[in-house]
Formats: sequence, structure tokens, C-alpha cells
Amino acid sequence: MRIEEHPVLTFKRYKKIVFYFEGSPVEAFEGETIAAALIAGGTATFRVTDKHQRPRGLFCSVGKCASCLMVVDGKPNVMTCVTPVREGMRVEKQKGKGDLT
Amino acid sequence: MKRQTDIAVIGGGPAGLSAAVEASSFGLKIEVFDDNFTPGGQLIKQTHKFFGSKKHLCGYRGMDISKILLQNCASAGVTINTEACVTGIYGNILAVLYPERFEEVESKAFVVATGASENCINFVNNDLPGIYGAGAIQTLMNVFGVVPAKKVLMIGSGNIGLIVSYQLLQAGVKVAAVIEALPNVGGYLVHSAKLRRMGVPIYTRRTITKAEGDGNTGVNSAVTSQIDPNFNVIEGTEIQFDVDCICLAVGLTPLSDVLELAGCRMKYIPELGGKVALHDEYMKTTRDNVFLCGDVSGIEEAVTASLEGKLAGLSAALYLSHEYREKIEKSRLQILEELRIFRDGPFGEKARKGNEKLVREYKYER
Repeated sequence: MRIEEHPVLTFKRYKKIVFYFEGSPVEAFEGETIAAALIAGGTATFRVTDKHQRPRGLFCSVGKCASCLMVVDGKPNVMTCVTPVREGMRVEKQKGKGDLT
Repeated sequence: MKRQTDIAVIGGGPAGLSAAVEASSFGLKIEVFDDNFTPGGQLIKQTHKFFGSKKHLCGYRGMDISKILLQNCASAGVTINTEACVTGIYGNILAVLYPERFEEVESKAFVVATGASENCINFVNNDLPGIYGAGAIQTLMNVFGVVPAKKVLMIGSGNIGLIVSYQLLQAGVKVAAVIEALPNVGGYLVHSAKLRRMGVPIYTRRTITKAEGDGNTGVNSAVTSQIDPNFNVIEGTEIQFDVDCICLAVGLTPLSDVLELAGCRMKYIPELGGKVALHDEYMKTTRDNVFLCGDVSGIEEAVTASLEGKLAGLSAALYLSHEYREKIEKSRLQILEELRIFRDGPFGEKARKGNEKLVREYKYER
């Protein structure tokens, strides 16, 4: 969810854009990270681990852990918490280690 | 030819930016390297006002302090490189990785201000989606205006746990409770009192043992238990909370990798949060041209980080030029005294003890 009213902060939202998560369109604002836009839309799981197939979501949000790695425009292992979202981007859940070939 | 600079500062938070500004007044070329796309470190998400005097930039909100520091950098002619992830210091060469390219920068001295990363604790299903570090929630909530949940259980009652709980309430999110393993609340009374007035219970001598939920919606419940003085769970004392988010505010660990790679002597000091590079009271490591400041030299907070930054900046400037020796030495003594005053009192005890250990060890090494 996005905060609309806040006692201390005002959020300047830039241009509204659309990107795709698992093929479905998701609304976002320019300047947001992929992770922030997905969390705002209610997405819990960002990837599934290789060995035990455990679901993983966002954890540190500052590019210091590996919890939010996803496949973005075909490229695996993208740190979505520090990558800005862009119009038309195709974001998929990463299953396992991701294929580099 | 490689790009050259006099001092490379690694990390653009309160410590790094303060070091850069301080060192820039001696005619040196300073460059800051920060791996985020916005510099300012953790200040940019801190909406609360800092306690202390205006001289130390207190009385302002953290996010406004970062603006002031960045303005000071700009007027001092400091270059700030963003999305610039430093992967190592090799002799006089700084290795920097940008999103689409790699660069080697030659520098005469280095100030390492890489900060810290958040800790996690052990409990069943602690990797479920919906479990966040407190810093992650602050980023989502205060930088992007996004809240990840309707109801949160906060683990840890240090200042970060208390402040983030209050900020969650400000953002319209419910806080089920704050859980603390120790017998007493860790943070300042002013913060815990605010929470209690808002009706948030704080449970001490209690820990989280289990999270429940699934991959579709993430966490939906948290189980907590009372613990004995040896931190063993007491059976039959479970309290379950129906929450869709668990927030971990259980401490930080210095991000020392760059220092260790650079060959600085390291020491594990629990009071400072983990492995720290040995250094003297003026922030010089066992490598003559490598200095450090901020959380990477031991976990504290933004004001002491900024003061340590000034010290490190001055020491790096002194290493490169003896022209201003007298002036620099005088300023350093003054800042040391300010640091001593800030750490005076019960809340500064841990940092005081840890730093004493470190400096003692450094002298022994020499």
C-alpha cells in the first residue's frame, strides 16, 4: 500500500508508469525501486530458493543481502531493492540460481 | 592513465560526507564513492529529530541533515560518485564497479565509511516473506511512501526498534507489540514512553520462536515465548500474534570487508558489533594511508559517526600534507573532546569500552 497522508512527510510522486510482473501489468511511479513498487502492489514472494524451494521476499532493502534477486528483462540476479523501476520492464520471480546462458 | 585523486572516501553517509568536507579545506582533491543512487546513507530515511546541540546538526531531522551535508560537499568542491560500488583497495588503487562498467581510481589515501548491515536472529521460518530488517521498513515507508503491512510485530527495543515502531504508527500501520529479550527496554525512555502512550505493549524477557505463513501472502502469525536468564525458552509461556509482518531491530554488524581486504589488522570486539579494523584514537588503521569512521569502526549513531568522520578526514589530510599540522592537531583534539562528551553516560558505555579495547590493541600491535 502507498501512504497518502503522513504527519511529517509529503511524498512527491513522479510520472505514473506501467511494468509487468509475471506477465501482468503493475502500476508504479518513476523514482521507485522495483521492490518498492511490488510491495506497494502487495507482492510477497520475489524468488524461490534453489535447494529447498523456500519463498523469499524483500529483507534488507539496501542492496546488502540476496533476498530480493529477480529476473528483470531476462537478466537474473538483479537486486530489485536498489534497481529503479522503468516503463515496460518485465519482472519475473527467480527460481533457483538463475540462468546466465 | 587512471583517474587520480588525493583522498577517496568510501561511503556517502554521515561519516563519509563529514570526512570529505573536513578534508577538503586543505586544498586536496576529494572523491566520495557510494553504492546507492542517492547519497546520504541511512540519514535519508530518518524522519525523527536528533538529540543534541545545533553545532552537531542536532535538532534537525536526519533527512534534512543529509541535505545540509550534501550542500557542504557541493560548496567544498567534493565529487560524489553514486551507484559506485567499491569492490576493493589494492595498494593505491580503488576498484569501483558501476552498473555497466568497471573503473580503477588511483588515490593517495582512503577513508572507509562503509557503515553496517542489519542482523537477523534464529527462529523457525525466519526466511519467510514479510520478515524485514528495521532499516528496510524505514526505507520503504519514509523514502518511497510504501507500507508493507497492516500489523507489525517489532523484535528489539533498542532505539531503532522503538523509533521505527512509532514511525509505523505515524504511517497508519498497527504495531501489535515490541518484544525484548533482555530484562529492560534498550532505547531511550522518551521513545518507549511515546509508544506506551499510544497503547503499544512492550514485553521484556521474551523472544520470537517461530513465524508462520506461506509464499502466497507471506507471514500471518508470530509465536513468542518467555525466556530465562540464560536465554532458554520457558515452556507454556507462548503468546501468539496475528501479524502480517515481523520487523527485526536486533542490532547491526560493521561492514568491514573492504578494510580486511586492504590488509588492515582486524579484531572481534562484541561491544562494537563484530569484526573491526584496529585503529588509533585519530581513526588511522594499521595501514598508514587507510582511515575509517562511522559504524564500520563500531556500531553507534549518526552524531558520533559524523564526529569520527571529521577526525578521519583531518587525519587523512595530515598524512598527505604537514603544511597545516598545527591547525589540524588542534582541531582533532577538540573533536576528540566532543566525542568524549557524547559518549559520556550510560548509553555510551558500550562504545566507550569497545573503543578503549581497540585503541589498546592498536598500540600493542605497533
